[in-house]
Amino acid sequence: MNYTLIIGLEVHVQLTTQSKMFARCGTEFGLPPNTQTDPVSLGLPGTLPVMNRRAFELALKTATALHAEIAPFTKWDRKNYYYPDLPKNYQISQYDLPFSRGGHLDIPVRKDGTGGGICRLTRVHLEEDTGKLTHGAGGYSEIDLNRAGIPLMEIVTEPDIRSAADARGCLEELRLVLRYLEVSDCEMQEGSLRCDANVNLHIETPHGAIATPIVEVKNLNSFRSVERALEYEAERQFRQWQEDGLTIKDAHKETRGWSDPEGVTKPQRRKETAADYRYFPEPDLVPVVVDDAWRARVKASIGELPAARRARFEADFGLTPYDANVLVEQGRDVADYFDAVVTKTSEYKLASNWIQQDILRIAKELKLTLTGFPVGPDELAELIGRVQRGELNTNQGREVLAKMVERGQSAEAIIEADGYKMVSDRGAIAAAVDAALAANPKAIEDLKKGKKPDAVKGFLRGQVMKQTGGKADPKVVLDLLDAKLAELASDG
Amino acid sequence: MTLTPEDVAQVALLARLRVSPAEVEMFTEQLTKIVGFVEQLNELDTSNVEPLAHGVEVFNVFREDKVEPALPRAAALANAPEHNDECFIVPVVIE
Repeated sequence: MNYTLIIGLEVHVQLTTQSKMFARCGTEFGLPPNTQTDPVSLGLPGTLPVMNRRAFELALKTATALHAEIAPFTKWDRKNYYYPDLPKNYQISQYDLPFSRGGHLDIPVRKDGTGGGICRLTRVHLEEDTGKLTHGAGGYSEIDLNRAGIPLMEIVTEPDIRSAADARGCLEELRLVLRYLEVSDCEMQEGSLRCDANVNLHIETPHGAIATPIVEVKNLNSFRSVERALEYEAERQFRQWQEDGLTIKDAHKETRGWSDPEGVTKPQRRKETAADYRYFPEPDLVPVVVDDAWRARVKASIGELPAARRARFEADFGLTPYDANVLVEQGRDVADYFDAVVTKTSEYKLASNWIQQDILRIAKELKLTLTGFPVGPDELAELIGRVQRGELNTNQGREVLAKMVERGQSAEAIIEADGYKMVSDRGAIAAAVDAALAANPKAIEDLKKGKKPDAVKGFLRGQVMKQTGGKADPKVVLDLLDAKLAELASDG
Repeated sequence: MTLTPEDVAQVALLARLRVSPAEVEMFTEQLTKIVGFVEQLNELDTSNVEPLAHGVEVFNVFREDKVEPALPRAAALANAPEHNDECFIVPVVIE
């Protein structure tokens, strides 16, 4: 039987502010428990919340970048529930008049050509984060309120996502956009980006289409767990439906938690319905009016976003969608680096290759970002120029680059000191070809027997390079090797 | 609007109040009266009145994003019924 997986995401993002949403204490991650509180965060009687301007503006910036409609008038609401993660017994959130509605996220196509498209957003709203509970073994729970009151932005997508891989893709692209906007660190491990997924199946049966009950999956602490949990949940819901035949009409929404080590989802408490939260307007905070001038100012503060940058890399530099995406998806530092390199060289494709294959590899090994990378964009462009002009072959270029990183010297200094020079002299290379052939009679035998000619030729080319200490011009090597092999073949 | 004993039990549950069957009966009657009293407001024609989001007509009260010193932890924990010098302690609550 065929089924379609229907997924919507609820993403919570901590905004990068110094102070909390409605309180003046700090927001730093990883401090000792309860060292970042004040009377407002503690919900003490007689305290009043005051809005953090920067938090509101970061949220406006995000919603604008996500093509959402910014409400001219927005207010705060109390979401009432008893749970000790917020000592006030309510969370300040936004209910019926969120500061933004709608919007969408453009998702790039994956490497294998699948995925990609548009994920519509339902709304983006602002609220305060809750404290952290640790359940002890001795029948008690410990509460740390450092996190309570940190500005939290909730981004809700429409149920537009149709596979676990697409859910991951959507979340990764969202993180990239948020990092471009510099509104959040988006560290899933630290909880500054959190994701819940609402998921069910539409199943084609001989008696018509049915939908399974909606399940909200929580505890998705990494991109990989988002993908794994949704794959698991699709199969589980199908099995469950085969067993009990329950549909969305027969059962409440269920909350399940993902257990990463076990690779399963497990039922959690029954979800209180929206009415149970008894939302009502927050009397302690006044509404916010966003006029055209403010909207325009926010819009002007948004730089180029990932989707636009990919398109520009394709249009202006002739990169393939794949290459453009690799440079963009790694983060702003990488795309900035590429942009800087191509102001100094018109070898766009080479620049993209060098960054993808060499610079990123070295950066990963050394755990560096490309901001302040030891070899700057100008220096890379200069090195690419040398390879392009035939002063160095590609392998030599790689070695020089490695030494530039290692020694912090210029390409010129290293070429000078270590005697890098590409040998293009046909006489010298012809001698190396002869020597390589003489030393490897078996390879020539193999070639005559018609055994994998490309592999044998590749091997011989390597041998010639070895003969010249890696300095030969690969084009000349290939040229002379081909001529020599043709000669041998015609000799019979 | 007439409230049922089930409504009252549900409200009590949400407010974490333990009520006896006799109290449920009493509150059902009392709350029905209170809701009925407030219901008088429905007699007013509000079709031409803009919904009110807040009692005072003031907007956009912000503060700058500046940090002030946090409460010392000992002070933050001082009024808690139970703490372990680092965290507030409550009976185990599993979501």
